[in-house]
Amino acid sequence: MHIDILERKWLYVALGMVALFVAAIFFTAVVRGIHPPSHVETIDSASLHLSEEFAEDKLGVQPELLADGSVQVRLVAGRYGFYPREFEIPAQKTIRFRLASMDVLHGVHIPMTNMSTMVVPGFVSEITTVFPKPGEYPLLCNEYCGLGHDHMWSKMTVVAQENWHAPTTGGKQP
Amino acid sequence: MIDAATKKLSLFNAWVAFGAFALACVFGMYQVLERSGLVSFIQSPAVYFASVSTHGVLMGFVLTTFFIMGFGYYTASASLKEPIWNMPLAWAGFGISLGGTVLAAIPLLLGKASVLYTFYPPVQANALFYIGATLLVVGSWFWCAIMIVMTVRWKKAHPGESVPLPMFATATNAILWLWTSAGVALEAVFLLLPWSLGLVETIDVGLARTLFAWTLHPIVYFWLIPAYTALYCYVPQAAGSKLFSDELARLAFLLILVFGLPIGFHHLYMDPEQAAGWKFLHMVGTFAVAVPTLLTGFTVIASLEMAGRKAGGKGLFGWIGALPWKNPMVLAAILSLLMLLLGGFGGIVNASYAMNAMVHNTAWVPGHFHLIFAGTTIIMYLALGYAIWPKLCGKALFSKELALVQLWSWFIGMVIMTTPWHVLGLLGQPRRISSVHYNSVLTLAWDPYELAMILGGLVLLASACLYVYILYKTQVEGVAAEATDDRAVDAPDTAAVPPWLNSFTVWNYLILALMVLSYGIPIAQFFFMKTYDPTAWGY
Repeated sequence: MHIDILERKWLYVALGMVALFVAAIFFTAVVRGIHPPSHVETIDSASLHLSEEFAEDKLGVQPELLADGSVQVRLVAGRYGFYPREFEIPAQKTIRFRLASMDVLHGVHIPMTNMSTMVVPGFVSEITTVFPKPGEYPLLCNEYCGLGHDHMWSKMTVVAQENWHAPTTGGKQP
Repeated sequence: MIDAATKKLSLFNAWVAFGAFALACVFGMYQVLERSGLVSFIQSPAVYFASVSTHGVLMGFVLTTFFIMGFGYYTASASLKEPIWNMPLAWAGFGISLGGTVLAAIPLLLGKASVLYTFYPPVQANALFYIGATLLVVGSWFWCAIMIVMTVRWKKAHPGESVPLPMFATATNAILWLWTSAGVALEAVFLLLPWSLGLVETIDVGLARTLFAWTLHPIVYFWLIPAYTALYCYVPQAAGSKLFSDELARLAFLLILVFGLPIGFHHLYMDPEQAAGWKFLHMVGTFAVAVPTLLTGFTVIASLEMAGRKAGGKGLFGWIGALPWKNPMVLAAILSLLMLLLGGFGGIVNASYAMNAMVHNTAWVPGHFHLIFAGTTIIMYLALGYAIWPKLCGKALFSKELALVQLWSWFIGMVIMTTPWHVLGLLGQPRRISSVHYNSVLTLAWDPYELAMILGGLVLLASACLYVYILYKTQVEGVAAEATDDRAVDAPDTAAVPPWLNSFTVWNYLILALMVLSYGIPIAQFFFMKTYDPTAWGY
């Protein structure tokens, strides 16, 4: 097979570029532990309201911190909102979201942050992130879920750590 | 010289394709207008989502499949210098695909199949939609069979010779499409159809999404290969030189075939039902398949540079100005490569394992794929239409000037429309909304970009109408012109290539191995772990 000398050089450049990109991603994934939400855990979406974890009084910011000191937030996605519709969390602290859908496919994204995951019925979506700045953030549904999809959003308030207090019970957020 | 029967077959297929294209552009125009919220009486989520579904299906399934079939029949006959093997089978395939399209169109237009392009279980469409979409694919398999049989028969009759490059690319595409469409076919036959017909009550959403992801990425290469065929076979000659390297062209097509297939998972990066390791593996594969595209960029630009220098272009960039910009095929290639460059960078962001989270399902994504598909790919389809219509009809192209206006306007319209989408995506706007109802100050920042989208949509719709007008005028009122045999394009001379660049057997085994490796456990897991299927929820 004949390969022109210029072509050969370009092939090396192309392979080098691809290798560089993959290496950068490899570094952040393996060394820094940055992965997309990939928590293969099943749940019966039809009976979330009866479940241990996603029953109405267990939703929202959890009173107990997790063992590693991070704050856990449980949400149910359903047409058309993320429940509870409002919650408050501290800035600069690790937040672990656990979400499940009670009906169809949803997606959640907090614009300008990397908090994003699909919420697939039958599965629990888990995602961990940190919000550096206080403020009001919308949670938007980014996957078509029915004719009210445009209206599906909830509100998250991030407050400075010193102003934040863990709630005493789950599911009773402001 | 291709016979009258083949010309008719190609024309019928291509007309369905470009008819669907023009109609889909009307839907697209409506969507940008509705989305802006400027015209109050057209605001309707029901109509919007029915329109988005129809636009996606018409562009992604109907335009592409029929154009690829029509162009494939032309290529097979012109490059192998044979009539189409088994003409009745080809027409049967056309009939089944067209029948399927009509069946799917009924519920789509009635708003009974607003499940968008990727079907979205457990949101459920009317069963007719799934049946129609399945038939469209089944009809295209007839085309695949004919392309493969013709290639095999030609090779038997011409031992030691290499398959002409255009036919080699077409056969690659037929094989690619058989592998590709298997995923969505499995989803339709075993999950969607029984469920939408009421035979079973529930559906495994995780499995359905994984099977769709199998199809979802390689289908892009199915669309892209005819555009690459134009870049490799038509563009160098139209620019006045020859292809820089025939062997590397074949290698690029084979790399696309082998690495394009087992990488669909990056559409599931944000999904909970697949583990990080599998996503990582597919990410590496996704970056690997950038290599044939980078190779194509080099080969095509090198061919153009040779042409530009031959025409007297001097210096590092002087050859660019010396290119025949007034030749529609050359102009399309330049514009196509520009959009590929812009869209390619966006694609690298999407493909990045963790960075994807920032743009997933935002307006960035339609911005990206409109550049790559509606820009890079479709503009080459348009140019191919201009190139083959005169040969199919025996008439001169109606107006070269209008053709140039049409190609420029398509490019400009696409740039005006996709730039705001990229910005909106970075500002967090979700892609699949019909209007903005969020009570958040963030959305104020979105407003100005919505207006630019409308302008882009208008230019694109006008360009699409102009395109169909030019084809119509050429065919119906064109001046009869002697069709010439274009050997350099249809069946370029090649020195004998190594056998592994002239046969698909080994590559098929390699694909099989890669598919088992990359999809074996991810699909099997749904059968060995306890899953809970949601019930049907209507559309």
